[in-house]
Amino acid sequence: MGWFKRLKDGIQTATRNKKEAPEGLWYKCEKCKQTSTRKELKENFHKCPKCNYHVRIGSAEYFEIIFDGQYEVLFDDLIAMDALDFSDLKPYSQRLIEAKTKTDLNDAMAVGVGKVHRKPLVIAAMDFQFIGGSMGTVVGEKISRAIDHCLQHRIPLLIISRSGGARMMESAYSLMQMAKTSAKLSLMAKAGIPYISLMTDPTTGGVTASFAMLGDLNIAEPEALIGFAGPRVIKETIKRDLPDGFQTSEFLLEHGFLDFIVDRKDLKERLGDLLGFFHLS
Amino acid sequence: MVFLDFEKPLETLYEQLKKIEQVGSEGDIDVTEMLKELEGRIKNKRKEIYSNLTGWQKVQLSRHPERPYTLFYIKEMCKKFIELHGDRYFQDDKAIVGGIGNIDGQTVVIIGHQKGVNTKMRQYRNFGMANPEGYRKALRLMKLAERFNFPIITLIDTPGAFPGLEAEERGQAEAIARNLFEMAQLRVPIVCAVIGEGASGGAIGIGLGDRVFMLENTWYSVISPESCSSILWRSWDNKEQAAEALKLTADHMLSFGLIDDIIKEPLGGAHTAPEEMAKTLKKHLKKAIAELQEMDPDQRIMARIDKYANMGVYDTIPKDTEPEGRKK
Repeated sequence: MGWFKRLKDGIQTATRNKKEAPEGLWYKCEKCKQTSTRKELKENFHKCPKCNYHVRIGSAEYFEIIFDGQYEVLFDDLIAMDALDFSDLKPYSQRLIEAKTKTDLNDAMAVGVGKVHRKPLVIAAMDFQFIGGSMGTVVGEKISRAIDHCLQHRIPLLIISRSGGARMMESAYSLMQMAKTSAKLSLMAKAGIPYISLMTDPTTGGVTASFAMLGDLNIAEPEALIGFAGPRVIKETIKRDLPDGFQTSEFLLEHGFLDFIVDRKDLKERLGDLLGFFHLS
Repeated sequence: MVFLDFEKPLETLYEQLKKIEQVGSEGDIDVTEMLKELEGRIKNKRKEIYSNLTGWQKVQLSRHPERPYTLFYIKEMCKKFIELHGDRYFQDDKAIVGGIGNIDGQTVVIIGHQKGVNTKMRQYRNFGMANPEGYRKALRLMKLAERFNFPIITLIDTPGAFPGLEAEERGQAEAIARNLFEMAQLRVPIVCAVIGEGASGGAIGIGLGDRVFMLENTWYSVISPESCSSILWRSWDNKEQAAEALKLTADHMLSFGLIDDIIKEPLGGAHTAPEEMAKTLKKHLKKAIAELQEMDPDQRIMARIDKYANMGVYDTIPKDTEPEGRKK
């Protein structure tokens, strides 16, 4: 006979009532599983100080890293609409509300205009947090307007991709954003204004198969997953294992689809150097 | 004849028809009246079934094994046609065909996905799933068309771009993206028609044009209903539901302003009267090309880009309730 008698079996706390460990002080690396402080992480350009893993950051962090201090956010009033009345296990309208609450963002892309080493640049950066960084109409429209802004003021464009692809809940509308963004980018080329595409982890599907691959310069962060089809789908199709390093930035560089890979700590410097080569009147 | 599951009532009627015909051929009984009556019933039943197809049923029709494919339409529409091969970089893709042809005196370049007509050919054509070289061949032929001022026709019928290992190595995404980028600026008219399946990037990779049509029983979507079901429902069993949710039919696409027109199919689908279907398709393509040739190339390009730039729906947060932005 034990000293204590168990009155209830098993763990009774519902998931939603569980107490989370306090966020904000420590960061445990997803890759090497080592711990560092948030402060160290931020000072290291949101890369793991131990293994250099590039943490999946969002638009705000990139603006912070790249721009010389001041910048202005453009087109932030655009929000998605559930035009198809789409519902799978959850209605799309509800997914949108949840994503907004969770991320404090309006959609999966933010556009900012500012300066990099005193040269003007428009940055359109994706937020993976918002429904997997999926491209719906708002993402397409923000890119389209960012391009208009670049054309009007003759400012180079940087798009930072981090996306699972097109947003299924907007069906053909999201598919057409591929055509829309690519068609608009052709105007940049015609006007002789440089467009740099930075691919980060992950960049797949309709995003890769449109604006992400269309940079005058295509660059990527190290070890990012970049591809058209996802690795799981490819594996199921060809019925064999995929080689190590398949669809990484390094793989794409080797196969000729990237100009170079850039460590996040050098990103601003490299962009500044690049922009210095182009003289836009 | 192949009957789809929702066509079962028709199959029963056809079986009856066959039996009566057999009795008739044996000679003793006059069956003309009975045959007439039955044929009438078949017609009515067909009308009944086809006036109210669900999204999923249209997906099934678009994949009907007897459905006409690109090369059939080319053969029907062109007095002369010469198929051209290869992307000049790697190899010739069998899932996308293309060449130069003549439609009633007008030289055109026609490009389209090609599916196989039997098991062996289906494999040969990779089920209409193109590799990067297919998209690059398409672009090469489009550039050829531009150089010699031939209008471009593309026929879309694919379950998607091929998701293979080598396809990734050779840049499937880049090939599709490049086509979109280049097609936006081509100086000749581009007319596209979805003749079967319009699945995702694989479809739009040859699908950016001044006019985009869909045959009545085809679909166009960002993802196939099966894959959508497997991702969003985490099961392959919700494909019917996914097909409805994706709103992928020609009617939907037209009402969303994402395509320019619907081309009627013969009652029962394109495969029931393929020659008639080819005639209708040709009429639409010719008319569109004639209209587009009236335009100045620069105007046409701007109109094309504007058309795509206006696609999509979004809302805006009213200015006064806008939360403090991230302006700093």
